[in-house]
Amino acid sequence: MFSWKEIPIGAIVTAPGSAKEYRTGDWRSQRPEWDLAKCIKCGLCYIYCPDASIGWKQDDGYPWWDEYHCKGCGICANECWTKAIHMVEETE
Amino acid sequence: MDKYGLYVPKLAPRKEYFAPGHRACVGCGEMLAVRQVCKALGRETIVINSTGCIEIVSSLFPQTTWEVPWMHTLFENAAAVASGVESAIKVMQRKGKYRDKKVNILAMGGDGATADIGLQALSGAFERGHDLLYVCFDNEAYMNTGIQRSSSTPYGAVTTTSPTGKKSIGQQTQKKNLPAIAVAHNIDYVATASPAYPFDLMDKVKKGVNTKGPAYIQVFSPCPTGWRSPGELSVALARLVVETGVFPLFEVVKGKYKMSMEFEKLRSIKDYMKPQGRFRHLTEDDIDTIQARVIEEYNKLKEKAYGQ
Amino acid sequence: MAKKVGTEVSFAAAEAIKLANADVIAAYPITPQTHIVEKLSEYVADGDLDAEYICVESEHSAMSACCGSSATGARTFTATAGQGLELMHEVLTIPASSRLPMVAAICNRALSGPLSVWGDHSDMMGVRDTGWVQIVAENGQEVHDLLISAFKIAEHKDVMFPVMVHMDGFHLTHVIESIIIMDQEEVDKFLPPFNYDHKLDPDSPVSVGTYGPPHIYPEIKKAQEVALTNSKETIKKIWKEWGDMFGRHYNPVETYKSDDAETILVTMGSFSETATLAIDKMRAEGKKVGLIRLRLWRPFPFAELRDAAKSADNMVVLDRAISYGGPAGPLCSEIRSAFYQMKKRPQVVSFIGGLGGRDIAPEEFEEMITKGVEIAKNGSENEYEMLGVRE
Repeated sequence: MFSWKEIPIGAIVTAPGSAKEYRTGDWRSQRPEWDLAKCIKCGLCYIYCPDASIGWKQDDGYPWWDEYHCKGCGICANECWTKAIHMVEETE
Repeated sequence: MDKYGLYVPKLAPRKEYFAPGHRACVGCGEMLAVRQVCKALGRETIVINSTGCIEIVSSLFPQTTWEVPWMHTLFENAAAVASGVESAIKVMQRKGKYRDKKVNILAMGGDGATADIGLQALSGAFERGHDLLYVCFDNEAYMNTGIQRSSSTPYGAVTTTSPTGKKSIGQQTQKKNLPAIAVAHNIDYVATASPAYPFDLMDKVKKGVNTKGPAYIQVFSPCPTGWRSPGELSVALARLVVETGVFPLFEVVKGKYKMSMEFEKLRSIKDYMKPQGRFRHLTEDDIDTIQARVIEEYNKLKEKAYGQ
Repeated sequence: MAKKVGTEVSFAAAEAIKLANADVIAAYPITPQTHIVEKLSEYVADGDLDAEYICVESEHSAMSACCGSSATGARTFTATAGQGLELMHEVLTIPASSRLPMVAAICNRALSGPLSVWGDHSDMMGVRDTGWVQIVAENGQEVHDLLISAFKIAEHKDVMFPVMVHMDGFHLTHVIESIIIMDQEEVDKFLPPFNYDHKLDPDSPVSVGTYGPPHIYPEIKKAQEVALTNSKETIKKIWKEWGDMFGRHYNPVETYKSDDAETILVTMGSFSETATLAIDKMRAEGKKVGLIRLRLWRPFPFAELRDAAKSADNMVVLDRAISYGGPAGPLCSEIRSAFYQMKKRPQVVSFIGGLGGRDIAPEEFEEMITKGVEIAKNGSENEYEMLGVRE
C-alpha cells in the first residue's frame, strides 16, 4: 500500500477508467454461454449489460464477453430474444 | 420491435464513459442506466455526482470508473455544484480562459438525493436557469445506506424504515411526483426514462442536454438488492414497470406533455410486483387498491398529454 | 496609483474582490455580510466586474457552487456570516480536502439563540477544524489587503487550500474607515492569473472527491494536514512580498509593546485596536504589559507565538466565543496547549467577552489585564472569567 507522501494533491484521480483493472469477474457464480447457431448478432446483450462486459467481434460480428469484468448477473440470458445465451454455474 | 429495431443496439456509440470495474451489485439496474446515459452524452461531458451507490461503486481511491471529468462532493448538493461548474465555464469561455466548445453538464443523484435532501438545491438550479441536465436515478429508496424509505418509495413497498407490521402496510405514503415538481419550475425539458428502452432513454438524454437551460430526466433504476428481486430480472422489471403504467414514459417539452409509449391495455401490476420481495406481503385487496391508483394516475397523465 | 478613501469596510472588501478579478461569486444574503455582496452585484450589473454572480438559494449551495466553480478553474469568492457559515459547515471540508482554492469573507457573527445579528467569534470557532487557511483582519485596510493576498495564497502551488478572511461583523463590516484602495495595475502585478492543473475539462478527465475507506482515509488526511501546516511558510512569503511591494507588512502574529512584557494580552480581530489603548495607558503607568494579536488562526503559528511571548510570565487571552461546558475560550485553550510543553511557560488566563456584539471599552481591557495577573498569581476556581456580564 502507498504512503501518505504518495497521495496526489486533493486525492484527485488523474487516470480515467482505471477501475478497469479491478477484476469484478471474480464475483461471478455463473457465466453466460452463447449458442452461436441461435445468435442473430442483434446486440441486445451488449446494450443491456450493467458492467459493459459484452462486445462483438470485428471479424464475424458475434458477441464477445469480458470474463475479467462480467459479474454473471444473467440479464443478457434473460433478455436474449432468440435464447442464444444461457447461464452455467462456474465450476472453480 | 421491427427488424431494424432489433439490430439498433449495434448503432449505439461504442465507447464506454462509465467503464467496467465498478463495484455495483450483480445485476444493478442503476449502473446500466448510468452507462446508457453516459453513452448518450459522450466525451464532451462533465459529471457532478451526489453521494450514493453510483459514487461509492465508481470512485474507490486510487481508481475511477469514469472516463469523463467527474466530481463528487456531498449528498444533497449536486445541482448546486453543477451550477458552479456551469457558471465557471460560462465566464471563463467569455474571458477566453476555457476551451471554446460546448460541454455537457450532467448533475445526477439517486431519488433520496433528488426528491428529499437535495430538492432545495435542485429547485434553486432550475429556478436560476443553469444550462445543465439533471438525471435522477430512481431506485425508490435509500439503497446505499441499506434500503431505507425515501419520498420516492411507492406505497406498500417494504424498506428497512417502512417495515410491515400489525399497524403498517409498509410504505404508507404515495411516491412523490418529481417530474411534476420539475415541470412546475417552467423548465423546457422534463422526461421519464427506463433502461429497458435504451434508445428512448438515450434520445431523451440528448434532447435534455441540448435544451438550453435546465432539463430533468427521471430514470427508473431497478435495484435487485433493495427490491429483493433476481438480478437477471432488472431489465425485465424496468420494462414491466412501463407496461403496467406504474412508471409511464413521457416527455414534457416547454410544458407540453407527450406520452413516449402507449399500450392498448396496461398489464396487471401483479406481473411487475410478483418478482419483487418488497411487495410480497401485500394482500389481493392491497394490490387492487394500488392497481386502481395506478390507473387513476395513468389516466391523469394521459389527460395532461391529450387534454391540453 | 492606489488612493486613500473614506469608505465602509464592506465596500473595501468588495473592491478587493473586483481588483482580484474574481470569475465566480456565489453567495446568499445574511447580515452583516450583505453590503459586500450587494456591492459586488452592482459591479457585475454595471459591467465593472466580469463575473458570474450566482444568487444561490442557501449558503449550503453557495459553498457547493464555489466547489464546482473552483474545480473548473475559476477564481472563486463567497461571503457569509454566523448561521450562514454554520449552514455551509458541511460543505467547508470539501474544498479543503479536494484542495480547491477559493476565498471566503466571513463577517463574524454570533450564533443563535437567542437570535443575534451582531458580532462575535462563535461562527469562526465552529468551523475551526474544517481545514481552511484562516486569517483574521483587524481593520478595514487589513480586510482590503488580506482579501487580495488571500487569492494568491489560496491559488499558490504550494498551498492550494481555501482561505477564509475573518472580519468582525458590524465592528468592522459596517464602519467607515480611511482605507488605501489598491490600483488595478498594482494588483495585477502582485496577483498572477489562476491556473488550475486539475480543472474539470473533457480533454484531461479527472475524478475529484473519490471514496476513501479505512485503508486509505488516514493517509489522505495526513497528506492534507501536512500540506496545511506547511502552507504557513508560503503565506509568510506572500505577505512579505505584499509588504515589499506596497509597504504594509503582515505577519502571522502581530505584537504591540510585547518585547519585554511580563503580561501579554492576546486578542484576535477588531477589538485589538481598542486593546492597544489600554496597553498604552498601563505602559505609561510603568506596567510591563503588551499585546499579541493573532492574524493567522489556521495554520496555527506556534513558533511565532512562542517567540513573541518569550518574555511573558502571564498571558491574558480574550475569547469572543464560549466552548460550552469546556475548559476555557477556544483561543485560550489553544494558546495554553501551545505553551504547555515549553520548559518556561507563562500562566495563561482565559476571559470571555464581547459576545453578541457587546462592546469592550479600553478600561475593561485594563481591568481584564489587572484581574488576569491576579488570577495568574493566586489561581481561580473558574475555568474562565466572563467579562462585563451583569450578576
